Amino acid sequence: MDAKRIDDLIAVNEFCVNHNIEISFLNLLQQNGLIEISTMESKYFVKKEQLPQLEKFVRFYYDLDINLEGIEAITYLLQRIENLQNEIIKLKNRLRFYDAHG
Amino acid sequence: MTFIDYYKILGIEKKATAIDIKSAYRKLARKYHPDLNPNDADAKKNFQQINEANEVLSDPEKRKKYDKYGKEWQHAEQFENAKPYQEQPSDFRGQKYSRAKSGGDFSDFFESMFGGSANSGRNRQVKFRGEDYNAQLQLNLTDAYQTHKQTLIVNGRNIRITIPAGIENGQTIKISGHGGSGINGGPNGDLYITFSIANHPGINRLGNDIYTHVDIELYTAVLGGDITIDTLSGKVKIKVKPETQNGSKVKLKGKGFPVYKIDGQFGDLYITYMVKIPTNLTERQKNLFTELSKS
Repeated sequence: MDAKRIDDLIAVNEFCVNHNIEISFLNLLQQNGLIEISTMESKYFVKKEQLPQLEKFVRFYYDLDINLEGIEAITYLLQRIENLQNEIIKLKNRLRFYDAHG
Repeated sequence: MTFIDYYKILGIEKKATAIDIKSAYRKLARKYHPDLNPNDADAKKNFQQINEANEVLSDPEKRKKYDKYGKEWQHAEQFENAKPYQEQPSDFRGQKYSRAKSGGDFSDFFESMFGGSANSGRNRQVKFRGEDYNAQLQLNLTDAYQTHKQTLIVNGRNIRITIPAGIENGQTIKISGHGGSGINGGPNGDLYITFSIANHPGINRLGNDIYTHVDIELYTAVLGGDITIDTLSGKVKIKVKPETQNGSKVKLKGKGFPVYKIDGQFGDLYITYMVKIPTNLTERQKNLFTELSKS
C-alpha cells in the first residue's frame, strides 16, 4: 500500500471506535453524498482532509440530535454562508477602494 | 468573581427535571453551537455559558453542590472536605460536548467551585481533535506584496508561518495542526488567521490591480518626456506621451499586485496623471504664456 497515501487516510473503524459511534452513521453520510469513503485492501477509509467536516457531522447528529436531512440542509446553508462571507469581503474591499480613491 | 445563575442561562426553573434540562440545553445548543454560527464570537460566548450550565445541572452531584452552595460558592471547599466529590459516569450522549472542543472554556466561578476542566473525568480515553484557534493579523500593503515569514505567539507557542504574496484584506488562511492539542492522542486542531491589510498612502488596491496618482510637470504633459515613479516593486521609468491630458490614465501591465499563490503572475498598475500647473511665474514666463494663448 502506498505509504504516502495511507498517511492521508483515516480508517473508518478507528474513527468510529475513537468517537464511540456506529459505522452505519458514516455509511449514511456517504449515501447522502456528505463524505467519501474509499476502499483499500478491503478496508474502509476517509480522507484526513474530511476529518473536521466529519467531526462536525458527528456533533450535529449525536450531540445536537439533528437528523441526516437536517445535516444536509445545514451543510448547504453553511456553504452558502461561507460564499456570502467571501462575497462580503470582496465587496468591503471594493468599497474601501472607492472610499479611498473617490 | 460573580455568581452565575445556571438555571437562568438555560431558561428553566429550579425544580426542572433531568429531561427538562436536557431539552432546554439541546434547544439552546442548536441555536448557539459554534458549528452553526461560524465566526460569531457572541454565539461562542453564549454556547460556553450554556455548556457550563449543562455541565453542572445535568450532573446530579454537581447540581446538588451548586444548589446548596450556589451563591455561597466560597464555602464549597468545606463541602468538598466533608464529602469528597466523585465524578459520576454519564450515559447521556448529549452532554459529550468534549467532542466538539468548541465550548470548553469555563468561567472562574465554575473553576472555583468544581475545579479544573469539566471534561477531564468523562472522556473515557476517547481521542478528540483539538480545538480550532482563530487569530487576526495586521499587515501593511507592502508586507502583503511579497511572500514572507512571520513568527506569531499562539497560546504561548511560537509559530513561524509563511504568508503568501497577494493575500487579500479579510482573507483567512488555515495553518493545519497549530490549533489546540488533541486529546488522548487525537490530532491537533487548526489555526485560522484572518488578515487585516492597512491602506497605503497614495496607493489603492483592487483585487490584483493597483491604482495610483502621479504628478507631472505641465511641460512634460505638453511636450512628452520620461519620468521615474516609485512602485511597490521599485522604481519604474515611463514615457509620457506629448499632449497628455490632466486626469488621463495609463496601464502598466504586470506591475500590479502579485496574484495569490500563482508564481510570476501580477495584476496591473493604473496611473492617473495629475498635471501640475506652474506657480510663481516670472514676467517673461507670463508673457510667453500670453503669446501662446494668442497663437
